[in-house]
Amino acid sequence: MPRLVSHPDEVKIVTRRFGQGAANIDRYVELGGYEAAKKCLAQGPEWIINEMKASNLRGRGGAGFATGLKWSFVPKQSAKPKYVLVNGDESEPGTCKDHLIFLHDPHSIIEGTIIAGLAIGAKLGFIYLRGEYRYLLEIMEKAVADAYAKGFLGKNIFGSDTEFQVITQTGAGAYEVGEESALMESLEGKRGVPRIKPPFPAVVGLYGGPTVINNAETIATVPHVISMGAAAYAAVGSERNGGTRLFGVSGHVERPGVYELPMGYNLKKIIYDVAGGVRGGRKLKAVVPGGSSTPVLLPEEIENLGMDFDQVGKAGSMLGSGGVVVIDDQTCIVEFALRTISFYQHESCGWCIPCREGTDWLKKSLTRFHAGFGTAKDIDNIQYLAENMLGRTFCPLGDAAAMPTLGFVKKFRKEFEDHLNGKPCPFAKHVEVAVV
Amino acid sequence: MADVTFTVDGKKLTAPAGTLLIDACRKAGIEIPAFCYYPGLSLQAACRMCVVRQEKVPKLQTACTTTVAEGQVFITDSPEITQARKATIELLLGNHPLDCPVCDAGGECELQDMTFKYGAGESLYAEAKQHREEQQWSPAVFYDRPRCILCYRCIRMCGEGMDVWALGVQNRGARAVIAPNGGDTLDCEQCGMCIDVCPVGALTSGSYRYKTRPWEMNHISTVCTHCADGCKVTLGVRQSNIGSEIIRADNRDKSGINGDFLCAKGRFGFDFVENPERLNKPLVRNANGQLEPASWEHALRFAAGKLKEIRDARGGSAIGVIGSNLTTNEENYLLQKFARTVLQTNNIDHERTADYAGFARALAGSQGRTASMRDTATAPAILLIGGNPTEEHPLLAWNLRTNVRLNRARLYVANAKQIKLERQAKAVLRLPADGYPALAAHLDGSDKVIAGSAFRETLLAEESLLVILGQEYRGAELEELVKWGLKRDNVRFAFLGDHANSRGAADMGLLPDLLPGYVPVTAPGQFSAEYPGMPAAPGKALPDIFASAAKGELAALLVVGANPIAKPGMDAAALKNTFVIVHDIFLTETAAHADVVFPAASLYEKSGTVTNTYGDVQLARKAADRSGVKPDFEILVRLAGAMGVDVKTLVPFGTTGITADLGQSRGAQAGEADRHAVWLAANGLEPKLSPFDPLAVLDEIERLVPGYKMDRLNLFGGNDVPSEPGFVPLSALTANAAITPAHDGLFTSGTLGRYSPGLKDLNRHQAAPALAKTAAD
Repeated sequence: MPRLVSHPDEVKIVTRRFGQGAANIDRYVELGGYEAAKKCLAQGPEWIINEMKASNLRGRGGAGFATGLKWSFVPKQSAKPKYVLVNGDESEPGTCKDHLIFLHDPHSIIEGTIIAGLAIGAKLGFIYLRGEYRYLLEIMEKAVADAYAKGFLGKNIFGSDTEFQVITQTGAGAYEVGEESALMESLEGKRGVPRIKPPFPAVVGLYGGPTVINNAETIATVPHVISMGAAAYAAVGSERNGGTRLFGVSGHVERPGVYELPMGYNLKKIIYDVAGGVRGGRKLKAVVPGGSSTPVLLPEEIENLGMDFDQVGKAGSMLGSGGVVVIDDQTCIVEFALRTISFYQHESCGWCIPCREGTDWLKKSLTRFHAGFGTAKDIDNIQYLAENMLGRTFCPLGDAAAMPTLGFVKKFRKEFEDHLNGKPCPFAKHVEVAVV
Repeated sequence: MADVTFTVDGKKLTAPAGTLLIDACRKAGIEIPAFCYYPGLSLQAACRMCVVRQEKVPKLQTACTTTVAEGQVFITDSPEITQARKATIELLLGNHPLDCPVCDAGGECELQDMTFKYGAGESLYAEAKQHREEQQWSPAVFYDRPRCILCYRCIRMCGEGMDVWALGVQNRGARAVIAPNGGDTLDCEQCGMCIDVCPVGALTSGSYRYKTRPWEMNHISTVCTHCADGCKVTLGVRQSNIGSEIIRADNRDKSGINGDFLCAKGRFGFDFVENPERLNKPLVRNANGQLEPASWEHALRFAAGKLKEIRDARGGSAIGVIGSNLTTNEENYLLQKFARTVLQTNNIDHERTADYAGFARALAGSQGRTASMRDTATAPAILLIGGNPTEEHPLLAWNLRTNVRLNRARLYVANAKQIKLERQAKAVLRLPADGYPALAAHLDGSDKVIAGSAFRETLLAEESLLVILGQEYRGAELEELVKWGLKRDNVRFAFLGDHANSRGAADMGLLPDLLPGYVPVTAPGQFSAEYPGMPAAPGKALPDIFASAAKGELAALLVVGANPIAKPGMDAAALKNTFVIVHDIFLTETAAHADVVFPAASLYEKSGTVTNTYGDVQLARKAADRSGVKPDFEILVRLAGAMGVDVKTLVPFGTTGITADLGQSRGAQAGEADRHAVWLAANGLEPKLSPFDPLAVLDEIERLVPGYKMDRLNLFGGNDVPSEPGFVPLSALTANAAITPAHDGLFTSGTLGRYSPGLKDLNRHQAAPALAKTAAD
């Protein structure tokens, strides 16, 4: 089991039961588990949705959509069955938070799924893990089986007349399936390609039924919101950004790891205080604030940057999945850009032309450029390519590839120019690159 | 839906709410480019070419997924949009091979057209293009992977359109390719629709690839010569050393009754025309009993002399005539008129594949009760009884599928066998093997043979019904079922037959007891004045013609475009004492027994009208030309001329008031009229209108044949015009009519199929996996 990190500034809500054996259902119940679900069963859907709205909980997958609002979009009456879908296809480079929840606290996901089901009137929930998390499936499946055995899931949950079933499923190794509609396609046994929207999942989702799909962290947070009360939860975070966030800090820091910090916590403090500063006392060159798809920020841009959806957005980047990637001054940004785009090139599903062809040509150009065979025109071309992908693709994957690329070229153009005229990469000796 | 008004590029447009913006724009003449959008298929939003700017929306929107609403404002043409489209093309051209000079699609390529419009003339990339080897999926379909732009039209056409689902996507990202779901070969209906919808040269046709450049061909729309659905097919013809050859058949002209559709036979089965076994000289049996080439002059004189001699010596009753399911209405009309007035016999029949006479008899007196092919694509409720359209009437199957898919039509299937169209059916009634006769009573609720009433009740709840009858029905059973429908309001009928002009053969009176329009020989009405010399009594049907030959009572037999000897139970020996004249395009079994064989033109080499099994009359236009052959129409006129007949009595032409020609039938070849002029002048005839012009009898057909009053302008404009049988109440049906459905499948087409290398290849390809599977079992 990976070593858990800790810091005094952490506010342990979602991670409250980590390291306490909560994967065991008895232990989970002992630690207050399933009380929130029981409370919700008693209070009814309207109350749940109001609590969620009041909590200011926003989607932890990256887009930051208000969870309560999303649930309220599901029609009360539906000819087709409604579903709850837990998106555990955690694949964004720099992001490793959901994985810990599955590992340490699988029942919080089940409990959150039950609550979401109660809120929208669904009888069936799916917990979808990324293909590479197959080893977590056993843990999740055992938790589900235990919950059935206790009567927390099934025809009559907690001895009531209410039915709720949960099915677990893994993906087959596609980042694209993290996109909600592509995940539904995958779950239905089809090729993992996004759907045209509208209609949105709340109206036409899995198997054509109204569906709530939430990130695993969001779902795991739900029982805690109910337990501590929406107001108390909202009070932890910043304005319009309720509660805490699991920040996965990686890259060139002394103490990488996943930290649960209040929304709006200062990014500079995350790097220098919580994560122990840049490794080896080196200088900070840049930081990717929310997973590899978010535009890079310079040290001067994070001076007073609070980590919530609105503040990071204002700073020209995105809070994204909370994967903070720290880059020190001995890192080649061109190579970093290449590594980033290589990921998106590999993961592009190929559905639409700008993403399929754009990521491929960006990768080819950057590969040649970093190898010292670039021309001045290439820098413009790379920027041109990324600009023409941005906002033109079928789903956000194209943007996820274009946005960071634009950030790198615009903010580090000088470094690109240093690779020109047959000069070798100025950082060639420094082989360690942030693993994204 | 209610109409809404919205603005596109400053113009106010109106369309029903919920219309796709791309459709609304295209209808208003505003071009929105798109690769993946294809009307009637599911939306993809994958190519991103149709991006437009919508007011108050931050990103560019795809016009193919935007539905219009009141007050919206769009811009479809601006520097920003042009740039977006140009960038997309630049990206595509990055990997797309620029082998346009040898690509089949060169000149017909949507990517070329878009590049021409949006520029993208400069490559931004220094890296090599991705290259992958071309694949052959079947004899009909080749796939050049690098050329593919992944618009997914082929996948959808195959799945949604054809309900075959043979294609999918393999790999992802820049390595994604289209691939057959069954590995590396296509196990499908080989319709070639995937090739047809491919916007570039990625999917190419086995029969056409690398044969020519599109601009070297003339494109002529005509009617397919294979099944009885009557699809419009566009033939690409090119000059050759023997006239002009057909290089390609496709569905480039989407204006026909078939819309987007064309099947394997229409697309690949044209090549019988170019078969080296085609007859190109008349053959006459010599003293040694061998058929040997002869001049047209000699063969005509010889055949005419014998016919005249036999008629004069033994009377018309000693002569039999067998017509064709593939010749035009004009030829069929002329043939029966020639038989009845010149040969003076009613011994005329054709190889009947469906009981059209029975259908006409059942409908007699009821107007407006027949359905056209187009109706099958729009009728809200359809009852399909018997038949297997997927195999035998592919366009009908396409129409029914499309109607169910796009219009939510309700399809009801009653069949003794399981058929594929049941996948689209709302309800299926599985009949016992001998259950067809009982169906009419069952639908009436008075039957004890067929169990259950759920099907009947759902069906009868429909406000209107289009009833499609398979060839299982004939005679009294057919009449009973039609009568059931006639009792109800809003029930219309279609009746399925087999060949391109089987319906026309029956309609034009290639029947021993019925004149054109199913007018009884025994009550000929105005035909008695028009057809001097016609015997008063009905003649013999086909089996009886052969029986009388066996008894030595048949002195002469004229067979036009038919091959009765190849049919089971037909004995060639019966003809040993009969003088046999055959018109055909190949030396068939019947032709091989003839004393004189005339090399005929195929339907693709002549003009005229044909009637599909739904009664839609269409103009077949001459596409190819072949030296040595003549249309059956011309052969008959020349034969009559050689018998000393005043051909004006047979073909009214050059007289006042005859407007048949209209300049439509001049054919593809300049100078044809001049060639005719030589013969005309030699015979002291007026060279203005040709007696060889089949449309010269069109006025007479319209005047004399009930149900064939046609909208001439529409007909000559290349549209289908309806005909309707059954104005005359009929008496008894032909005795011993011998109706034998051909049951041609997707890759067979009677004699034509046997001479089509393309269809034979497809047959072998389709059989191969089945054989392998059988071996494995």
